[in-house]
Amino acid sequence: MTLDHEHELPGAAAWSAPVRAGRTVTLTALADGANATMLIIGADRLDRLNIPDTLKSQMSARIKPGMVLMSDRGLALATVTASSLDWHDCLTGALPDQLLLLELTKHGFGEADLHACINFFSKVSVADDPRASLTYVPDHGHAGDTVTLRADQDLLIFVSTAPHALSDGRAASVAVRLETPDHSEDHTGGHTGDPAPDPELREEAIRALRLTRELIA
Amino acid sequence: MTVTKTTASTSTAVALDTVVDAGDGALVTVPSGGRLQIVDLHGNQAVDTLFYDAHDIDNRYSAFDTIREQRAVFLTTGSRLMSTRLDELAVITDDTCGRHDTVGGACSQESNVIRYGESTRHQHACRQTFLRYGARAGIGQRQLTHNVNFFMNVPVTSSGGLTFEDGLSAPGKYVEITASRDLFVLISNCPQVNNPCNGWDPTPIQLLGRW
Ligand SMILES: [Zn+2]
Repeated sequence: MTLDHEHELPGAAAWSAPVRAGRTVTLTALADGANATMLIIGADRLDRLNIPDTLKSQMSARIKPGMVLMSDRGLALATVTASSLDWHDCLTGALPDQLLLLELTKHGFGEADLHACINFFSKVSVADDPRASLTYVPDHGHAGDTVTLRADQDLLIFVSTAPHALSDGRAASVAVRLETPDHSEDHTGGHTGDPAPDPELREEAIRALRLTRELIA
Repeated sequence: MTVTKTTASTSTAVALDTVVDAGDGALVTVPSGGRLQIVDLHGNQAVDTLFYDAHDIDNRYSAFDTIREQRAVFLTTGSRLMSTRLDELAVITDDTCGRHDTVGGACSQESNVIRYGESTRHQHACRQTFLRYGARAGIGQRQLTHNVNFFMNVPVTSSGGLTFEDGLSAPGKYVEITASRDLFVLISNCPQVNNPCNGWDPTPIQLLGRW
């Protein structure tokens, strides 16, 4: 891996950046209870992370390693290649606190682009009761927890470190690391541009990756 | 769709009585305080629905803010349908079905390919209907968001699983939404035939508006 960029987001801050296809984004919680809310927009600056389509095609109500994050138009935006946690909340959104909205606005987006987000490092448990009641789990994420995404097309990512909307804890900082896998850095003609290998994926996720590579990546 | 209008003489007159065919859609303007009943005429028919402030379509329904604010995944009587600004757009004021989904989103041609393969690419899908009927209100690709699926059964489990299952609805079951402000209600009567959300057989619904 070649480190391209490293950055520490303090708690209750927001940040956005382009991430080129093939690069990886690793988030690291720097304190217990940290939360990193993420929105993603694809290479054409129109196609957004679609949480319902991501969940229903992979039969999951949480984000975990081995899932492809899918767009409104059925393409792969990013693959969750690794994480120390097997549950990242994606059912309870984020408070309208301007942090993400301002970052969206910097890139020419706005309120209309406030799609569903992922709350990395946070868990809201689901009860097996008639309404599937939700409870925030306060001791889920800890300092040192990580999640790594591989960009499957050129992305814009938007990250907020506001506390989870259901948490009464303090905002905590999160480190962001952008890296390029070594084999796509090889300009000597050996290996050219193979992306980091896929984790074990469902057939639906493999289809989304294949279509993305055929069409745009 | 065919629309039968009767003259409004009282605040609770029937202002709208429409059948939306299987796979078709509708854009309905519901005034603040108006009640819109969606009737599952033949049972187990998913009705994909979006809500927008009629005077500012950026103030639109937000599925996951709605879920968080009620601390529960399923929608039923008493559920407040919230916007991205956390304004209450509408309230579910009656429900003979019992629960409704808002996690599963709408079907699209593209997501059908991902879920069911290339053979489904040119089947009609809810996203097409949303774009077609939404255009009249300025609702385009950017304005489409994650919808409510009335009458659809998408169990979410404590282990973090999610599935599409046979509906809990039956012929004649209905849900009633009361508008908390002037609303555009954008409806796609789902044409999906690749999963049990429509009982493998999409059927018509009725819309009854009283205001
Ligand atoms: Zn549909």
